[in-house]
Order: sequence, then structure tokens, then C-alpha cells
Amino acid sequence: MKTLTPEIDSQPEAHQEHDHHQPPKGIMRWLLTTNHKDIGSLYLWFSLIMFFIGGAMAMVIRAELFQPGLQLVDPNFFNQMTTVHGLIMVFGAVMPAFTGLANWLIPMMIGAPDMALPRMNNWSFWILPFAFLILLGSLFMEGGGPSFGWTFYAPLSTTYSNDSTALFVFSVHIMGISSIMGAINVIVTIVNMRAPGMTWMKLPLFVWTWLITAFLLIAVMPVLAGVVTMVLTDKFFGTSFFDAAGGGDPVMFQHIFWFFGHPEVYIMILPSFGIISAIVPAFSRKKLFGYSSMVYATASIAILSFLVWAHHMFTTGMPVFAELFFMYCTMLIAVPTGVKVFNWVATLWRGSITFETPMLFAIAFIILFTIGGFSGLMLAITPADFQYHDTYFVVAHFHYVLVTGAIFSIMAAAYYWLPKWTGHMYDERLGKLHFWCSVISVNVLFFPMHFLGLAGMPRRIPDYAVQFADINQIVSIGGFAFGLSQLIFLAVVLKCIKGGEKAPAKPWEGAEGLEWTIPSPAPYHSFSTPPEVK
Amino acid sequence: MIRNLFILLALIITPASLAEEMPLNMTRGVTDISERVYDLHMTILYICCAIGVVVFAVMIYSLIYHRKSKGAEAANFHESTKVEVAWTVIPFIILILMAIPATKTLIAMEDPTNADITIQVTGSQWKWHYRYFDQDIEFYSLLSTPRAQIENQQAKGPHYLLEVDKPLVLPINKKIRFLMTSDDVIHSWWVPAFAVKKDANPGFINEAWTKIDKPGTYRGQCAELCGKDHGFMPIVVKAVSEQEYEAWLSAQKQTAEAEKAQAQAALSQTLSMEQLMTEGEAVYLASCAACHQPNGMGLPGVFPALKDSAVATQTDMLNQHLDVVINGKAGTAMQAFAKQLTAQQLAAVITYERNAWGNDTGDMVQAADINNHAKQEAK
Ligand code: HEC
Ligand code: HEM
Ligand SMILES: [Cu+2]
Ligand SMILES: [Cu+2]
Repeated sequence: MKTLTPEIDSQPEAHQEHDHHQPPKGIMRWLLTTNHKDIGSLYLWFSLIMFFIGGAMAMVIRAELFQPGLQLVDPNFFNQMTTVHGLIMVFGAVMPAFTGLANWLIPMMIGAPDMALPRMNNWSFWILPFAFLILLGSLFMEGGGPSFGWTFYAPLSTTYSNDSTALFVFSVHIMGISSIMGAINVIVTIVNMRAPGMTWMKLPLFVWTWLITAFLLIAVMPVLAGVVTMVLTDKFFGTSFFDAAGGGDPVMFQHIFWFFGHPEVYIMILPSFGIISAIVPAFSRKKLFGYSSMVYATASIAILSFLVWAHHMFTTGMPVFAELFFMYCTMLIAVPTGVKVFNWVATLWRGSITFETPMLFAIAFIILFTIGGFSGLMLAITPADFQYHDTYFVVAHFHYVLVTGAIFSIMAAAYYWLPKWTGHMYDERLGKLHFWCSVISVNVLFFPMHFLGLAGMPRRIPDYAVQFADINQIVSIGGFAFGLSQLIFLAVVLKCIKGGEKAPAKPWEGAEGLEWTIPSPAPYHSFSTPPEVK
Repeated sequence: MIRNLFILLALIITPASLAEEMPLNMTRGVTDISERVYDLHMTILYICCAIGVVVFAVMIYSLIYHRKSKGAEAANFHESTKVEVAWTVIPFIILILMAIPATKTLIAMEDPTNADITIQVTGSQWKWHYRYFDQDIEFYSLLSTPRAQIENQQAKGPHYLLEVDKPLVLPINKKIRFLMTSDDVIHSWWVPAFAVKKDANPGFINEAWTKIDKPGTYRGQCAELCGKDHGFMPIVVKAVSEQEYEAWLSAQKQTAEAEKAQAQAALSQTLSMEQLMTEGEAVYLASCAACHQPNGMGLPGVFPALKDSAVATQTDMLNQHLDVVINGKAGTAMQAFAKQLTAQQLAAVITYERNAWGNDTGDMVQAADINNHAKQEAK
């Protein structure tokens, strides 16, 4: 198993740490780079910027909802904020962050010199900024940007939307192409470029989970592309896929969308599982419990994720047997997910635990993601879902899995690998401050949303009945605090890049994996000669 | 602030049993089904809490006693088939136990047969329309909260955003079947007290049912994003005893008769500009301002302005003006108002649009003109 990229084949001796292969200086370095570490950094910075832009929109939402009544924005703009906030967080913050981590880490973890398709790698990153410029630009069009929710249900997004929908569709297409290219690269790299001796069941779990994620991406991004194209032609070219008057069906939109959408939520959480499975053993100084069951659990979650899409559609009026089928399948997903949580807890058990910032975020992930999993299980119970659906209970649920799940794992990963990336230790005190501010505020922000939803507050509304006022106020305060806390993270990262204590090759006592065998910061080219894995 | 902090503390430390009493939990509702849904909700909640307590207790124990700073040394185990099989099988069994009552409740919920009364519920941007089958009664139900309250110029009432001009009136102890549909986008008709939430899909009909145990006023909201004023299309149901319901039905029929007679009479009436403008403004604010805005400016790019627009100012376009308001414009958010408003109301609102906000055409439209327009079309 030793397929090298053509580049390397042609000049095999030129790949020690030589000056001639150092990066060019200035902007061209970043525009033309084919280096997996550069591209990884680009993705990560892009994701952080998007996280702050999407976060700013969340602040607008929470400010408007601070009190009942319309104060700051009109309902049309409010809807644009929720829509674009959702789109940016999903496609701009979480997914690029994972691709950035994959770029940085997968080659180093499997002992490869770079990603398998470096030029496509450059391309898949550089089309992304344009996608988001188009999306954000559409907000300034007459009538504003997309305002139909990130789920863009037809016919609200077709007949009843304004012309900016064309830009929305174009932008989603570009995001999709970028994701597919990224996924192809990950698969080809993992399948072909593992170092000798790096057998499948020795792969770090981050690599495994990303491999499975990449297959999910290739399976469902084309479905998303299909459905946005149908929206485009329904709106502008007179087709009626989703218009009953022309023989179409608006509910079919939801089937197609969620056939993409549910695997999509696993795309946003499987790499997290890999990250947590690296960090928890490192700071417990103990091997991961149940490695192989982790791999099988990930694979079964991925397969099941194709069979549960309609749990988002229980109120659309499906036949009872379909409702039962989707309820059972959804409940079934709780089993492999539970296995993962139990494995992490068993890894902690009788370890030798320390609490550096990455570990703090990982522990918070396990607890809070599990809470998100519990509310997910509740949502699977169809009769109860009739009450929960489209309320703040759902908003609480998916923020627990996305913010304290995906985002917390990304934060944990950043702290864990920053020394390897920058060659400096980050400021542990600031890191811990960031953690405690985040973990407290995030619960003030999202936990009370469960109560709002149960008490009957629908989601996606700019104004609400007076009995929801007190809790909304608490939620908004939590929101502002959480938003501000993230500035600490920015400070930590900048400080760590500028300087700090020099990081050794392996700064964490219990860390395992090939990436810790090379110096910190990781040299521009690593593993030009593949390491031997025993 | 302080008060909110206390509430926050209370939220965190209050056990779920206490939360039942506060409006922080799902309502028990007033139907057999809603009670069963509530019980399911509480069961699964308690199961989750129990699992959570066990898992988190083990975890926290480990975080406290297996710390390096306490001198803990890492053990060596990293596998155990027995344990792994156990924690795969036990959750599976718990899930099956959970699925049984859920299945039973679901099957009961999805059985709308043998209904005593059928009501057609139609959503449209942003109001509900109710039609009583076999009764010849139908009406629109619109948000009745004054704009001044929404814009914070007036204190908010106790039912802020949850009040309508005409509630849906239903008898208790009767099985009521709802047929849901929509005129434009997808809406969702949700009354928590009945545990009924069903999407209203344009071009399709969905069924749901309820049987209310207790008289009272029950409030809900549209639950599916349906555009700009999705947050402003509440549902109010007044559940009354059977006698009251019968009385209400006959009163409704009488009013409907009276209104018909009045509409007929209006056809031969000629109103003054002032009368038309006063009525027109009221109709405009209730039925048109959500889109075209109270100042007639619309929302550029979404809803056209009527102030200074060709249709509303040019005399030779009067016919088009009548046409678009009466018949709407297919494939856009502009609805046909012929069924929603009387001829007199239509005349008034069109007159209003042609003379308000500096449009000042001086044109007057009378109920008879509306009628003639409709007749011409029929030809
Ligand atoms: C749900 C939103 C909505 C409501 C409510 C609404 N309209 Fe409209 N209206 C529209 C839209 C959208 C158009 C543009 C249709 C098109 O694309 O031609 C429109 C067009 C019009 C036009 C033609 C304007 C032109 O310049 O072509 C008139 C006149 C009009 N509406 C009057 C009314 C009146 C009178 C009412 C109330 C009885 C009303 N509308 C209620 C959305 C609405
Ligand atoms: C910075 C902290 C955040 C706050 C305060 C916040 C707040 C909110 C609120 C209040 C809503 C609901 C709007 C509504 O239904 O009316 C919402 C929707 C949403 N959020 Fe967040 N959010 C935050 C972070 C995130 C992150 C990190 C993600 C993704 C990883 C995310 C994903 C979403 C999605 C997908 C929606 C649904 C959008 C829609 O309804 O179409 N949010 N957010
Ligand atoms: Cu799903
Ligand atoms: Cu709605």
C-alpha cells in the first residue's frame, strides 16, 4: 500500500527539509498553495471568520427576541437573519472547520506527505469564499436575501420568494462542489497514501470517521444540488416539481431535502467523534476503550442515517406505517450513539486524568452532546414530536448537538493541535477562561430553550406572547455572553501564533499518533519518506 | 435582572416533578390523546434522566477519583466483549419498551374515522379560514392584536399575539375531524391543548382529529415558517357545550343571512368619498397592510408599492386594479380577495388605494362597480 503522488515520484530525492521547497511569500503563497497545511489553515481561518459572521447574526436574532414586541428589525429581515445564520453556521463554520482539520491532520496521521490531489485541494477551498460572498451579497439586494429558513421549503422558496433565490441556489451549488471535491480528496488520500504498516484497524479514529463522513458527503451533496436546481427551475423556468397546480408535490421537496439533510447532520458530528476519541485517551493516559466497536458504531450510524430522514416530517401527513418505520429507525440510531458515549466513559474510567483545555472541551462535549442526544430520542417518539416539532425545543436540541457538539469538538481540536501547528503552547489560563465562560453561557443560552419549546413557543418567529418573555430574556443574556466569550478564543489563537512557550514534538504526555513524531511546528513538508508503522 | 437570575436558578435546580406545575413543561391538554402524549413525554423524559444520572455519575466519579493529581495510575484495559454487548443490548430493550406505548398512541392519533363534525382548515398568508361542513358556515380568523401593541406604543394585553377576531367554535365531547389545506405556502395548524399539529399543504388535504373534554378557550399558533408574518397567525378555539354550540350555529346562520341581505342592499347604494375612505382604511389595515405596508410603500423587491404605482393612479388602469384585487394574481403572493371581502369592502379598499398616500386620483369605486366587473368577466 504505497502509492505516491506523481509529483513525488518524479523527484524522489528532493523531499527533505530544503529551502527550495519553502513557500513563496505574500498573498500568492495562499492563492496558489497546494500544501495541505496551508490549505488546512485557510479552511480553519475561513471557518472562524464565518463563525463570527454567523454569530453576529445570532446576536441580531437574540437582540430582537430580548423582549416581546418588534424593536430592532422588521420580520422580513429577521427571517433573513435566521436563514443566513443557519446556512453560514452549517456550510460556512462547521463543515469547513472539519475539512480544515482533515487537511492538516489526515496526511500527518497516516504518514503521507500531502493530500492525494493537491491542486484540487486548492480549488475546493478557493471557490468557497465566492460562495459566501454571493450569499452575503444577496442580503443587500432589493427585497433582501433568502428568508425561507435554511431548509428552504417549497413553495415558500419558489413561488413566494424574491429574486435573490437565484443567488442562493448558485451559492449552495458552489458549496456543494467544494464539499464533494474535499470528500474525494479525503477518500483518495486515506485509501492510497497510508504509510506501510498503517492497516485499516490501526487508523486513528479521526481518520476513520472522516473517511465515512466523506462517503456520506459524496452520497448526499448531489441530492442537495438536485433539490436546489429543482427550486431554481420551479421558480424561474416554469417547471412544477413542487407545485400541485402543475402535478407536483411540495412535500416531495421535504423528502428530497431531508434525504440530504439527515446524513448532513451526521456529516457535522462524525468527525467530532473522531476528535473526542483522540483527546479523551490522551488526557486519561489510557488507550481508547473499544476501538473496533467505535469503528463499527460509526459505520452503522452512517448507514442508518439514510433511513431516518422523514423524522423531520412527521407533521406533513405521512401514512401511519411510514411514521412507525421512521420512528423505529430513528430510535435505533440511539444504540450505536450510546455505545460511543459508553466507550468514552469507559476510557476515562481508571485513567490518570488531567484537565488541560482540550480535555475540558472534550468532557463538556460528552455531557452536553449526550443531552442533545436525549432530546433527539424524545423527538423520535412520533406522538410527542407532534408537540415538539418546529418549537424552541428543536432549536435547543440541534444547538446542543451542533454548538456543544460539533463546535466544542472543533474548539477542543484547535487547542489540542495548536502546538503542533504553531510550534507554541497556547496560553493555558486564557484557554481555561475561554472554556469556563463558554460552557456556562452556552447552557444559559440553550438550556432554557427546552422550556420555551415545551411551553409552546414556535421557532422562527420575531415576536412572541408575553408568557415567554422572562425565559427569552435569560436566553438572550446567555447568547450575548457566549458570543463575547468567543473573542477570547480569537485572542488565544492569535497569541499562540505570535509566540509563547516552545512546544515539544509531543506536548501531551498521553498523546498517540504519527503527528506527534514530527517536530513542532510541523515542517512544511512532512513524511516525505513514509514512516514504518508497526 | 435579579429576578431572572432567580428564575434561572430555579430552572436548574427544580426537579421535573415541580416543573409539571409551572408553564415550563408540555401541557397536559384537554383531550384523551393530549394526556397520552403528555404521559409519553414524561416517561421518555424520566428514562433519559435515569440513563443520564447513571452515565454522568460514573463519569463524574471517574473525573474526581481517577485524576493524575490524586496519584491515579492508568489501568491497562481497553476492551471487554461482555460489557460492550451489555451496553448494546440493554438500551435496545429499553427502546423497545418505549416503542410500544408510542406505537399505540400514534395509531390512535391517526384514526380520524367516525367523526361527528368536519371542519376544513385553510391556511393562507397570514390567516386561517374555517369552513363547517354541511353547515354553510365559513369565515376567516385574523390576528386581532393592535399594531400599536406590536410596535410597543401600547401596553401589551394578556393574550398578546394569541388573540383573533373570530375564534373557531367547537362543541366538547364530539369527535371533530379537521381537513387541512393551504392556499399558498405550507402552514401548520397547532393547538397544544389538543396535541394536534398538522401541516396545511397547498394542493393537498391532510386529516387530523380531536375530541375536547373541557369547555374553554385554547390558543395555538402556526408552526411552519410561512413567510414574513409567520409569527402573527394565531389560532383560537372556543370549546363550548353542545347546546351552546347549536345556539352559536343558528346565530351564525342568521348573521350570514343578514350580511347577505346587507351586501345585496349595498349594491344599489352609493357611498360618499368619506365613507369609502373610512371603511377602506379599516379594510386595508386588516387585509392588505401586512404586505403592502400601512404607508402603501410595500417592501421593495418583495411586495410592490401601491403609492404612486401605475395601477393605483392611472385612470385607464382602473380595470386592472379591480381585477388584481378581486382575482389576485396566480403564482404570486397576491391573493384573490373576492371571497374574503364583500363587494362594498372591495370597493372601499380600492377607493382607498386610489386616494390615500397622495395618490389623490379622486376616483371612487362603488359596490355595484365590483359586481359589474365580475359580471363582465363571466361573459
Ligand atoms: C400576502 C401578501 C399580500 C397581501 C395580503 C395583499 N397583497 Fe396585493 N400584492 C402582493 C404581491 C406579491 C403583488 C405583486 C403581484 C405581481 O407580481 O404582480 C401584489 C399586487 C397588488 C396590486 C397590483 C400592484 C401593481 O403595481 O401591479 C394591487 C393593486 C394590490 N396588490 C392590492 C392589494 C389589496 C387591495 C390588498 C388587500 C385587500 C392586497 N393587495 C393584499 C401581495 C399581497
Ligand atoms: C453563537 C451562538 C448562537 C446563537 C445565540 C444562536 C441562536 C439561534 C437562534 C435563536 C436560532 C433560532 C431562530 C429562530 O428559529 O427563530 C438559531 C437557528 C439556527 N442555528 Fe443558531 N445560534 C448560535 C450558534 C449556532 C451554531 C454554531 C450553529 C451550527 C453549527 C447554529 C445552527 C443553527 C441552525 C441550523 C439554525 C436553524 C436556522 C433555521 O431555522 O433555518 N447556530 N440559532
Ligand atoms: Cu434527522
Ligand atoms: Cu406560519
